[in-house]
Amino acid sequence: MKTKYDNEMNLEILSKSCNEAFARITVAAFASGLDPTIEEISDIKTAVSEAVTNSIIHGYENNEGIIKINCKIDKRKIIIEISDTGKGIENIDIAKEPLYTTKPELERSGMGFTIMESFMDELKIESILGLGTKVTMTKTIKENTLG
Amino acid sequence: MNINYDKESKLLKFEITEEIDHCKVEKIKRRVDNEIERYVPQNIIFDFDKVSFMDSAGIGMLIREI
Repeated sequence: MKTKYDNEMNLEILSKSCNEAFARITVAAFASGLDPTIEEISDIKTAVSEAVTNSIIHGYENNEGIIKINCKIDKRKIIIEISDTGKGIENIDIAKEPLYTTKPELERSGMGFTIMESFMDELKIESILGLGTKVTMTKTIKENTLG
Repeated sequence: MNINYDKESKLLKFEITEEIDHCKVEKIKRRVDNEIERYVPQNIIFDFDKVSFMDSAGIGMLIREI
């Protein structure tokens, strides 16, 4: 795999909720090369968990599918792409509103995108109805001044 | 999860010890519902001190239980 980045990894998982912990721990382990703080790692893990949950519940509506996770490191920045080939999002602006959920019967909090947006530096959502959704999140890990 | 019920004060306490995500939340919810039905407490405490990870699934659970 050729890359213009300092480091890169790809992970594919089945859209099963029991894979969420595996996905977030793997991404956190990959990010650990940047020597992040516990808080930064926790932000990344939570954002990844939200994106993977969205793909499982909303993208694939609990049916079987593949979730692709691509992570790149560019200097101090980690770029995380999480994509599915599920049903897609009809209106991204509405979906991003805090507390908005299309599945209130499942007692969802509607905080997924809000958490991704607040825990990461940047969040980009691309979606085509019937084809799927790709979420790209970036976060710059601060230089550890103690070392 | 550790569960403690104090008869005198009718206080039911859930000390959650597992990671709370979409995968685990269903199991936790079922257990919480069963215990509430069993004791019919006047007050409930959720203790998150030992929770090392929680995402919006945990927030969803709390909104529902409240």
